[in-house]
Amino acid sequence: MTLSEGTGLAVPGAATEPPGGAAQKRSWAGESSESVVRNLVLVGVLVALIVIGAVTQPELYSDSTWVWNNMVSILQLASVVGVVTVGMTFVIIGGGIDLSVGAIVALAGVWCTTLATQSYGTIGMIFTAIVVGVSVGLINGVLISYGRLVPFIATLAMLVSARGLAAAISGKQTQISSNAFINSLASDRVLGVPLLVYILAVVAVAGWVLLNRTTFGRRTVAVGGNAEAARLAGIDVKRHTMLLYGLSGLCCGIAAIMLTSQATSAQAAMGNLYELDAIAAAIIGGTLLSGGRGTIVGSILGVLIFATITNLFAINGLSTEAQNMVKGGIIVAAVLVQQFRFKSVTQFIARNRATTTS
Amino acid sequence: MEKTNSDLSRRRLLFGGAAVGAGALLTACTSNEAAPTTAQTKDTGDAQGNAAPGQKVVIGFSAPAADHGWIAAITNNAKAQAQAYSDVEFKSVEAGADAAAQRAALSTLIGQKPTVIVLLPHDGKELNSFGLEAMAAGIPVVNLDRAFPDARAYRTQIKGDNYGMGVAAADYIITQMKVKGVTAPVIGEIAGMDELELTQERSKGFSDTLAAAGFKVANRRAARFTVDSGQQEAAQLLQALPKMDALWNHDDDQGVGVLAAINQAGRSEFIMVGGAGSKQAIETIQADNTVLKATVTYSPSMASSAISLARLIGQNKGMSDLVELQVPKDIVLASETITKGNASAYAKLGF
Repeated sequence: MTLSEGTGLAVPGAATEPPGGAAQKRSWAGESSESVVRNLVLVGVLVALIVIGAVTQPELYSDSTWVWNNMVSILQLASVVGVVTVGMTFVIIGGGIDLSVGAIVALAGVWCTTLATQSYGTIGMIFTAIVVGVSVGLINGVLISYGRLVPFIATLAMLVSARGLAAAISGKQTQISSNAFINSLASDRVLGVPLLVYILAVVAVAGWVLLNRTTFGRRTVAVGGNAEAARLAGIDVKRHTMLLYGLSGLCCGIAAIMLTSQATSAQAAMGNLYELDAIAAAIIGGTLLSGGRGTIVGSILGVLIFATITNLFAINGLSTEAQNMVKGGIIVAAVLVQQFRFKSVTQFIARNRATTTS
Repeated sequence: MEKTNSDLSRRRLLFGGAAVGAGALLTACTSNEAAPTTAQTKDTGDAQGNAAPGQKVVIGFSAPAADHGWIAAITNNAKAQAQAYSDVEFKSVEAGADAAAQRAALSTLIGQKPTVIVLLPHDGKELNSFGLEAMAAGIPVVNLDRAFPDARAYRTQIKGDNYGMGVAAADYIITQMKVKGVTAPVIGEIAGMDELELTQERSKGFSDTLAAAGFKVANRRAARFTVDSGQQEAAQLLQALPKMDALWNHDDDQGVGVLAAINQAGRSEFIMVGGAGSKQAIETIQADNTVLKATVTYSPSMASSAISLARLIGQNKGMSDLVELQVPKDIVLASETITKGNASAYAKLGF
């Protein structure tokens, strides 16, 4: 039995080659076009935000170097949360949630900037951050898959304990990174773009390929869509779920290096509330919180929208309180829009097409 | 089939071995030995006058669980100062993450009947009732930095001057702008956590003083006293103000991030003033190779002083340089400005 057949049985809408006739093919097309429409709307929102910026600050936007720098600064602001969100998107599509991402970022960041780790140089620091991230993620995964803990509880416990461990390791101090290479990731630019942004791009592309072009991705959608059906179709749901949390941990490890580079230091309090930023970005990007649906492109657009709002409020000198209220409003609006508008519109279009073609 | 099984077990073995090896390597990597935190204490070596050993005092201490340098220094200082006195017994309780947790921890402290309690509350208003309770039970309370609204809730309070910090930062900036001959400077501000009253006081002192000189804050962003939030807010502020003359950052700990953002943006046309007076900031000012030219103090050395005051209260003594026979009720530290010129004198006070 091949795997694509397995996932095809579990979630007809998501398989590349669904067994069955034109009806199923159409539903597949409908779903993919729905996510395209959704992503186009997000792009529209992004453009609208930039236009608002240009209208409110015409003086700043008249300088093309400034505009370029501003784009770069938005991308850089989005880069760390973006990488975390890629991992989070996988976990949510797979039917879980990871509340511990911010804490893992802090723990991996603190662990890779201790004086002992720094003495091993760049490779030692990167190795440490990645291994700590993956290990903590896998611990989450084992607790959830084999310990049968609810993801919310397991990762909530990890949120608390990982921050505790980070505080214990750092002695509650800010640990300065004196590694020139790590620090240069945020300051050095290639073709005018900071290296951090390239890292985000690589992670996002890798995430897209993994989700859309590999059996791992197909299984993720299948497990999140209907775990029991996926199990009956021959997918090792427990093992797969565990790996998803490991993947989220990997993203956190990468993000920890990036954040350490950005702040040229690490401390136990860093990455505060990243879990909420990442979940919010995934949600407004169209990822279904109950699992089984979501796109990497949508999640990245979600992160970019939040970063652009932050930037918009900053360049207009508006307060953080107002900014947070607007962010909350946007999350609610995005979910409302997804629930009502798209489904009906795309269904309407699909139905129309069905009637005209038949 | 069998082959895949053995492959799998070999792979598992390899993975397992790698995991154990990585684990062993990583646990070796948590060491931070080379950086002992030096505390800021009053030397009690001469042991004359008030420093001479006297009646035994049990000091109960509570401060919020530290997640950044300043609070960590508060706890370190209190502990170190208590150890410096042979007649002080130091009982510290973990205050947990919020006011409720601190209240619970403090009630166990009252049960241990300390002579005096030194307390840095999560929030002065929320722990006011505890102060009243302890005072009613006959245990004098020394409030550290976050004032109780009720004067009956404490015997003595010692705190930093948040408003004065803003004033000192603004004064330095005003002087520098006059020296440079800038008449309408663009001034930025990176505040700490905006929901805290102390942040509001700092900002008010800053804007009031600037206003008196005819200047104003062009843009203000609130970070969260953490390095990464400092970097993010500073990066956005720098975008908002393509040309800036001066910048005040409330907290030197988040200032590491602010300086990183400035460096990443390649900006150097302005002067920056820090806040609190961390060792890192003082060294940077001394080196004079960044935009950071000064910092205004909000020193955690107040924790050491609070322990000394608590000891005097417990021994029923006054401050020897003053005429009064008892410790005063209110002490507000002055916010001092550290520049390259006097940095060497302050270097030992950095935390």
